[in-house]
Amino acid sequence: MTDGQPSAVQCDGISVQLGEQFALQHVSMSIPVGAFCTILGPNGGGKSTFLRVLLGLQAVTRGSVQLFDAPISAVNPRRIGTVPQSKRYDQNFPARALDVVATGIHGKWSFRLDETTRASCLQALDRVGLRSLADRRVGVLSGGELQRVYLARALVRQPELLLLDEPATGMDVRSEADLHSILEDYQTDHTATVVMVSHDWSTAKHHSSHIMLLNSTLRWSGASTDGPDDEVMREVFGHRGHMHPMTQVGCTHG
Amino acid sequence: MDDFYWLVLAPALCGGTLIALVSAWVGVFVVQRGLSFVGAGLAHAAFGGVALGVLWGIEPLYVALPFTMLVASLVVFIRNRTGLQSDTAIGILFTSAMALGMIVFPQDNAAGPMSYLFGDILLVRWFDCIAAAVLVFVALGSMRLWSSWAYATFDKDQAKADGLPVTRHDMYLILFIAATVVVSIKLVGIVLTSALLIIPPATARLCTRTFSGMTVVALFISGITVPAGLMLSALYSWPSGASIIAIQALVFTGAALLKRS
Ligand SMILES: Nc1ncnc2c1ncn2[C@@H]1O[C@H](COP(=O)(O)OP(=O)(O)O)[C@@H](O)[C@H]1O
Ligand SMILES: [Mg+2]
Repeated sequence: MTDGQPSAVQCDGISVQLGEQFALQHVSMSIPVGAFCTILGPNGGGKSTFLRVLLGLQAVTRGSVQLFDAPISAVNPRRIGTVPQSKRYDQNFPARALDVVATGIHGKWSFRLDETTRASCLQALDRVGLRSLADRRVGVLSGGELQRVYLARALVRQPELLLLDEPATGMDVRSEADLHSILEDYQTDHTATVVMVSHDWSTAKHHSSHIMLLNSTLRWSGASTDGPDDEVMREVFGHRGHMHPMTQVGCTHG
Repeated sequence: MDDFYWLVLAPALCGGTLIALVSAWVGVFVVQRGLSFVGAGLAHAAFGGVALGVLWGIEPLYVALPFTMLVASLVVFIRNRTGLQSDTAIGILFTSAMALGMIVFPQDNAAGPMSYLFGDILLVRWFDCIAAAVLVFVALGSMRLWSSWAYATFDKDQAKADGLPVTRHDMYLILFIAATVVVSIKLVGIVLTSALLIIPPATARLCTRTFSGMTVVALFISGITVPAGLMLSALYSWPSGASIIAIQALVFTGAALLKRS
């Protein structure tokens, strides 16, 4: 997207084959350090796959990826914070919100939480407005609450790169607004790079500096002030009916 | 109880208690990861190894241990290769190993297949205690893996993203489960070994809200119920495995009834 600036993410012609089909094809792009990049695209467009590649969870079939000008395997995982696509736990799953946040600090499960860890975790939960639920089991948290716990966990390690896969899933309007202000505050304080998968076109346009439109191939990428225009959006989403640029597109979860 | 009882009971009590602790230690992950079927299946597969040992006149443990660990590796291999929820493949593997055991088990052996299927403390020697003690040492060595196992149980991808060698650690876990069920066969029997892995952690899960709490409580429940069951079996001449599991089931029922949901 930009030249000369140091890049947090740099992809050169990556393709990822999953089973018979390609989830990603010939994707080349870079995200400068400090950018807020929103990834938009239809269900099955390869957005989650792209994040999994950045996390080192999915090998690329072709091409190369660099984070902070180094191969992914050479990057300390503590520099990356992530909010995965939502999953659920059963009611009796023996983990409290606090334990989950602690994995953000230690990168492993703690047998006991020492006072310092506990204090940092509580502070992180406080930031997402969940301090009172610290001792709750994860299985009884609502979808939106769990996403916020994940956000607290991602932030507590003070990452340089935040990867969020539809973090607003299950969040109410208020929490979603909070999510954006938390991310913006965090970015200003830490000059961190944010890469977020979203389905919310208008919010993306409003909050992010960069936008990526992904539908297996990279359909559009650039500064959010430059577009993409309606024509491209319609093409990517295959939207037949009337579409207003300020309405949400494809607001299903994928 | 007279001296004879103690002579028989002492190695069983000692080995049983050690096995109880190891079973609870790995059982926490068996329960949390939904590996109950794998645990039970491995125990059944072990019968193939036991039978071969008896046939060849070698201590059954020496054959059953590598045999069962081989089956466990195959299970992991199939699961990784096909990416299937490989219930069916596992089922085939376990039943075939069991069938092999039933075919080759010598008819004229003093301890028949039933002794291994349902356990027989008369078969438990000090040798088995030593085997259990070795497992305890392995368990102590695996304490460093606990936080990795627990993390991957919570979220495999996160654990991987944080740089933990999840696949390798999973392999250690399943091999450890295989070794544990094999060593507990003489005591509780093939049919009942999976209960040792499952009931104490499942009970602990009802009354704790952390992994560490669940682990500690499971160790405690298991460490108490196994010797208690063995004493009961000696007092009333009940089968050892059945007595242990009856007590564990009772404790589980109590916990389930007491639990406020
Ligand atoms: N393990 C897999 N094997 C085969 N295909 C897969 C696998 N995982 C995902 N896919 C396919 O890859 C495509 C991209 O998936 P994904 O990245 O999850 O899309 P998105 O997050 O944009 O909705 C989808 O068509 C999906 O069905
Ligand atoms: Mg997705």
